[in-house]
Amino acid sequence: MIIADRKPLGELLEMVKECNKILILGCKGCVTVCNVGGTKEVGVLASILKIARKKEGRPIEVEEKTIERQCDPEYIAQVKDMVGQYDAVISMACGVGPQFLSEAYPDQRFFPAVNTTSFGGAVSHGIWAERCAGCGTCLIHHFDGLCPIARCSKSLLHGPCGGSASGKCEISKEVDCIWDMIVKKKMEKGRLQDLTKMKPNKDWRTARDGGPRKSVREELVQ
Amino acid sequence: MRLSYPPNVKVIQVPCTGRVDIIHLLKAIEDGADAVYVAGCLEGECHFLVGNLKAKKRVQYVKKVLQELGIEPERVEMFNLSAGEGPRFAEIAREMAERAKALGPSPVKIKKAA
Amino acid sequence: MSDLKSGSNLEKVLRAGHFALTGECGPPKGANVAHLKEKFSHLKGVVDAVNVTDNQTAVVRMSSWAASAVMIQNGVEPNFQMVCRDRNRLAMQSDILGAYAMGVRNMLCLSGDHQTFGNHPQAKNVYDIDSMQLISLVKKMRDEAKFLNDEDIDVPPRMFIGAAANPFADPFEFRVYRLAMKIAAGADFIQTQCIYNMEKFRAFMKMAVDMGLHEKAFILAGITPMKSVGMAQYMAKSVPGMDVPESLIKRLKGAGKGKVAEEGVQFAIEQIQEFKQMKGIAGIHLMAIEWEHKVPEIAERSGLLPRPKVD
Repeated sequence: MIIADRKPLGELLEMVKECNKILILGCKGCVTVCNVGGTKEVGVLASILKIARKKEGRPIEVEEKTIERQCDPEYIAQVKDMVGQYDAVISMACGVGPQFLSEAYPDQRFFPAVNTTSFGGAVSHGIWAERCAGCGTCLIHHFDGLCPIARCSKSLLHGPCGGSASGKCEISKEVDCIWDMIVKKKMEKGRLQDLTKMKPNKDWRTARDGGPRKSVREELVQ
Repeated sequence: MRLSYPPNVKVIQVPCTGRVDIIHLLKAIEDGADAVYVAGCLEGECHFLVGNLKAKKRVQYVKKVLQELGIEPERVEMFNLSAGEGPRFAEIAREMAERAKALGPSPVKIKKAA
Repeated sequence: MSDLKSGSNLEKVLRAGHFALTGECGPPKGANVAHLKEKFSHLKGVVDAVNVTDNQTAVVRMSSWAASAVMIQNGVEPNFQMVCRDRNRLAMQSDILGAYAMGVRNMLCLSGDHQTFGNHPQAKNVYDIDSMQLISLVKKMRDEAKFLNDEDIDVPPRMFIGAAANPFADPFEFRVYRLAMKIAAGADFIQTQCIYNMEKFRAFMKMAVDMGLHEKAFILAGITPMKSVGMAQYMAKSVPGMDVPESLIKRLKGAGKGKVAEEGVQFAIEQIQEFKQMKGIAGIHLMAIEWEHKVPEIAERSGLLPRPKVD
């Protein structure tokens, strides 16, 4: 899933500074799963903004709505009759939401409520960590199910570097050294020779480096 | 026990403080409460196991939000006591009422037009 | 010696079977050529080649190829370091050609400390290819006279290729395999991270010698003399991949006020004596960072002077 964190309140208040009536639009997809942009969080943000503006003596009217997803035109269409009624709309979806909305409703302004960070999953209750960098050429089968592109700070293909210490990455003791994990797993499974073979240079064309990407299912295109 | 506590403290009963969510605390502040507090079982003695711990975290969250908005985080508080501690209940109520008085009216109260 | 790969002084010294000595010099935080010259002047004639660091610890300094060129102009042989952190494969190949054109003949291929360590942590991360692939790249350019994309190179860069080894990083058991990979990828010489834990290093070298790695590449043991107890404690605690035994810190503390630096130098000299005899060690890489003026003294006291002159 896509992981995001809510923007600092100061930044959000700045975005709606000139607004008197706004809509906060949540999403039942990824941002609900990581508890940052679903129905509940929309309610919390609405209350926070109202508190802040009341304090300023400039109350703001906030409408709340959460739709299934903000990355499909069919769902975006559901708010067609609403969006025009506000000075601006805050989308709590990942970076895709505000863009789809902006494209569908060019006369309205859509602000992102969250900073979208990465593709990942829940490692424990309340904690989500990055697992995939979207490089476009998945290689994790070579590394026993662990991804060095996303999880090595230097995206090494022949790690670990000299900074790996006690299973932690040199940048922080909070970050596991994925190469330490890969090497140990390979040694444990008797597959160390997989690592001693040279890997070809990564072709970054399939990653964001090659430009914005598109996926087409020919069999579905009308 | 017929102990008295300040009349400006409104008590809302819940089966467990785990039922209290962030939005409830925020709504209280939004609607003009000068202070809001959560009184739960003693830690380790929650009837529903960890409800009071969840409430504690939510109170901390709201404190942080208030701080970010320039509102005194002391307006929101978490207390722990046992169901049998009547006097402590009254004591807490007095403490928060005095705290609210000392902090002054909530800055969120709608300002009357000049 | 007709089969020299680069013809560099370092290569000639090692090929002739001499015990090599290399030094290190960090370029200045500015275009201060005078300061740079002053720094490496201490090393002239005292070492076989001088490593020129590349934005070490992700702190911006004069580029290593430029500092290397200044060195060459002043009669000192550089060992040009390149990290993978700051440049992609285009810039790498381009810089390698440029450095060679300026007279550089030794090159050390490194991953590079992550930019969060440095003074521009907001920078974009490059790491297009890693150090293993960089070694392979330089070898391809030199031996096949081809770019990465297999196009021909118009006058290939004939570099003596170096790589780093850190026997003290984790996992320990894998380190010697990684060293073997670097050599298989094309490393001609290896410089290790600075050594303090002699016991661990001996164990590492035994594995390396058992694998015959010392016959495929020249291994130089890294030494950084401790200047103070504070330095030892800092390195023990705050530098990832560094192994400083408690016994060394105690020894330095026991030296007494004003005598710690000398004790550190003494330890370094003892290490050099052991390395001279140790199987598989072809030389010393002496990194007296910001203490370059001590290098001539250490070299003298270790019996490493005068440096051999090989044609």
